[in-house]
Amino acid sequence: MELQMEDSELVRDYISGDEKALEVLINRHNQRITSFIYSKVLDRDITEDIFQDTFIKVIKTLKKGTYSEEGKFLPWVMRISHNLIIDHFRKNKRMPKFEGSDDFNIFSVIGDDKLNAEKQIIKDQIDTDLRYLVEELPDDQKEVLVMRIYKDMSFKEISENTGVSINTALGRMRYALINLRKIIDKHNIVLTN
Amino acid sequence: MEKIYSNYQEQTEFNKVCPKTINFLLSYSQALYDIEYKDLRFETFLN
Repeated sequence: MELQMEDSELVRDYISGDEKALEVLINRHNQRITSFIYSKVLDRDITEDIFQDTFIKVIKTLKKGTYSEEGKFLPWVMRISHNLIIDHFRKNKRMPKFEGSDDFNIFSVIGDDKLNAEKQIIKDQIDTDLRYLVEELPDDQKEVLVMRIYKDMSFKEISENTGVSINTALGRMRYALINLRKIIDKHNIVLTN
Repeated sequence: MEKIYSNYQEQTEFNKVCPKTINFLLSYSQALYDIEYKDLRFETFLN
């Protein structure tokens, strides 16, 4: 009987005070939501936590009466869990979890993203070498590559600026990269940090 | 202790959360009340 009821009817019943309706909704969508969360976080405990937080938000919203039946119930719940998954990864990035091991190095946990002095010098050298290599390219290819890589322009913007089609710009970029590789191979240049 | 709480858990399918989580949610829902007083809304837990 309950299984035949639409989600929207169950939501309405729950808002009217029928707690049983929530149980039906949770059990009905348990598998879909759990699998979705687990496929992203690959951790059972975190999946349980995110599932729980998702439904706490659902319960609060429904009890507050701010839920609007514009979309469907399941996509709405999935969207909440999706946002919580993103929050989880953001939080983890800010506070990396310490995974204990014998050769624990504190700097693996508190290290910043910046390169050390030696690596910065090598990177600067590579950037300079690359600039010289780019100068060796034919003008049309160099123009597209500089706009794309150094000026961070989209191919649409490049095509508008250079007066060629997007496909031509893409082709020039492709040849620029092929030619750069050829020059690098020919002169045995090593561009690694 | 370290091994018990290892991150490397079985990478198998995980389809449903445990009944404990569901029971918690149902109890939470039963206890949570949204009360309106004048223009203010309060969330409160009543057992």
